[in-house]
Amino acid sequence: MVRWTKTLEIRSSPHIAGGKSVNAIMFNVVLALLPVTAFAVYAFGLAALITLGTAVTSCLVTEHLLCRLTGRNSSVGDWSVVVTGLLYGLTLPPGLAVWMVAVGGVMAVGLGKFLFGGLGYNPFNPALVGRALLQAAFPVAMTTWPTMPVDRFTQLPSSTLAWPFTKPVYDSISGATPLAGWKFDRVMTEPTDLLLGYVSGSTGETCALLILLGGVYLVMRKIMSWRIPVTIFLTVALCSGLLQLIDPAKYAGPLFMLFSGGLMLGAVFMATDMVASPMTHLGCELYGVLIGLLVVVIRVWGGMPEGVMYAILLGNAVSPHIDNWIQPRVYGTKKRRQTP
Amino acid sequence: MNIFRSKTFAHGIHPPESKDDTSGLPIRQFPFAPSLVVPLSQHIGKPAVAVVREGQEVTRGQCIAKHDGFVSVAMHAPASGIVCHIGLTPSITGKMVPGIFIEPFPASTQEIMEGAACDASTADSEEIVAAVQQAGVVGLGGAGFPTHAKLRIPEGKFVDTLVINGAECEPYLTTDHRVMLEHSVDVMAGIPYLMKATGATRTIIAVEANKPDAAETLRATIPDGSGIELEVLPVKYPQGAEKLLITALLDREIPSGGLPLDVHALCVNVATTAEIGQLLPHGKGIQERVITVGGPAVKNKGNYRIQIGTPLRFVLETVGVEDDITRVFLGGPMMGQAVSSLDIPITKGTTGVIAFTTRETGFRDGHPQYPCIRCGYCVDACPIFLNPSQLGLLAEQDHYRRMVDDFHLMDCFECGCCTFVCPSHIPLVQQFRIAKAAVRKMKVTA
Repeated sequence: MVRWTKTLEIRSSPHIAGGKSVNAIMFNVVLALLPVTAFAVYAFGLAALITLGTAVTSCLVTEHLLCRLTGRNSSVGDWSVVVTGLLYGLTLPPGLAVWMVAVGGVMAVGLGKFLFGGLGYNPFNPALVGRALLQAAFPVAMTTWPTMPVDRFTQLPSSTLAWPFTKPVYDSISGATPLAGWKFDRVMTEPTDLLLGYVSGSTGETCALLILLGGVYLVMRKIMSWRIPVTIFLTVALCSGLLQLIDPAKYAGPLFMLFSGGLMLGAVFMATDMVASPMTHLGCELYGVLIGLLVVVIRVWGGMPEGVMYAILLGNAVSPHIDNWIQPRVYGTKKRRQTP
Repeated sequence: MNIFRSKTFAHGIHPPESKDDTSGLPIRQFPFAPSLVVPLSQHIGKPAVAVVREGQEVTRGQCIAKHDGFVSVAMHAPASGIVCHIGLTPSITGKMVPGIFIEPFPASTQEIMEGAACDASTADSEEIVAAVQQAGVVGLGGAGFPTHAKLRIPEGKFVDTLVINGAECEPYLTTDHRVMLEHSVDVMAGIPYLMKATGATRTIIAVEANKPDAAETLRATIPDGSGIELEVLPVKYPQGAEKLLITALLDREIPSGGLPLDVHALCVNVATTAEIGQLLPHGKGIQERVITVGGPAVKNKGNYRIQIGTPLRFVLETVGVEDDITRVFLGGPMMGQAVSSLDIPITKGTTGVIAFTTRETGFRDGHPQYPCIRCGYCVDACPIFLNPSQLGLLAEQDHYRRMVDDFHLMDCFECGCCTFVCPSHIPLVQQFRIAKAAVRKMKVTA
């Protein structure tokens, strides 16, 4: 007779688990962002490095402190805050004052995520909440774009190290982003420059090719659905194509619209935030079309040259309603059931 | 009918199959335990009524309990021996249930007693239904629904297609695989009984593509002009669920809350079919079944023919287990039930005894449970298109009514796909079970 010394545990089935844990998903998103991050540092030098570092650090510290304050276990280890911090940093202009970056980072995590209950409960993409607040608070600093100076790896722009609550002083000549150039001066940027990222803009939005590479990686690892980015691209391309047919002198074409500004970064990494996007296939497609339409409307008829951020935030706001309207058709029932 | 449609169903998952350890091992007879206990209820429906008394000698294969009503089946002595006790025994549900305790005679040859034979070519459908009931046949795939109750087709309904379920999509299990390989003749002998009882003119044997040897053997034994076809389906879990199997094969969707009968189909497990083909020509009853004993914690893994009523403790002691065994469950790892006591007996519905060590079960323990991040992986996995994420959120707030009324909770058959893919490690299936039980209770008390 065998003596049983082990205690058997009783659990509910299934007894095996597959797929990826939350950590693994978030870590893979960080991996997918690495090429973009590396290019940002190459393109904008120390300024980008400091902006990104400050963004990630401020988000991590805020999350950790808030967890401590509310008596929870620190959730810094699950990589989701690193994703938020990195994405937030990538949307900022490279020469932004460090104190502004830090303020935005605290707001992104504190207001955008923690106030609603932390991971899984944020109605909006936290990184964009941080950026939107900075855009409202410091409109000039948020739209001043440094170009790529030769001494970028040795010299910091003076604006970066501005004292808190002082106005940063800009020393280098700031260049216009392709979108601003088109909107205000009717200057068209070459598509190859847009693709390869030799333009001015936010830290991580310039190189469309590397962003797409990260997106393809996530889709291949089956972490991200291709539906949201692809529907955004198609909608934007279709709308801008139609507008260009109407008046080629007044409206920019689909290629320019797709590869300029924050559309790539937004569509691939921001709009696809799992928490703030719909769950069903049809829901994701509707959400993508909505964001695409809003981007075109804001860019073409709005006061600002860029509208991706607000388009995604508005999409996030509608997302829970889309999830309510669009429920999957249950096996053996006649039609899609709509929740009352 | 779309000719481009591949024969499968939507959604589902691909868990690691883990069948290689036992799929090549032939079925072996398991030794008789010193004491066997036959629970009177091993099926859905009314328990059987004991027709033996304590101290009585029984012969192997003798009927020891008769059916009580239509949805109930007979029980047969798994061994020649003496009825030492009739009383309560622990069961997989955690409750004590009545059972008949038998001590086999050590010196007996264990010859099986035969009864009145039933011939498929001469018997009519009512006689077959009665014979299946008398043989004690229930669904051997695990559900334990009395097979004869499915075979009697109600007035006004008809069955055109009989589906023989040899999908065996659960990881680790290889019993159906071995039965198809070694008992293909019995499967072919069983099918005529089922076709005659139901009036079906067409039979499809469904086998998943990971069992090519079983498919080939079956194909070679199909008699000409018998209306029997064989279909090899792509591997996907939970293909063996009868609703999904019928959808995969016939492109018919069974209405919510309905039966396969509503779409003129009937699904019978392949081991059940083989059992019918083996028992009915000799008038015998079920006294043993083929079970996969496997999993990383089991030393002598294999497919064994084990007597009904063999205590689980005897099974594990005979095959030997590793020191770091942490979990034992009956059935496959996706839907199998973890056992709370090793004194429970093997029943007709037991497809496998799988034991895990800390290495297999550690996944969830090492990681905390996160909140739902609304990734939608569960929505993409659910084979019946429920919204597990939404259901899980409602379950956390105890909104059980809404789960049933608005989100079709009762259609969930607990296949476990959602929990398998959940990156937040939320025990969704467990939440659904609790919710279903609560709602059933509400209905009873209301």
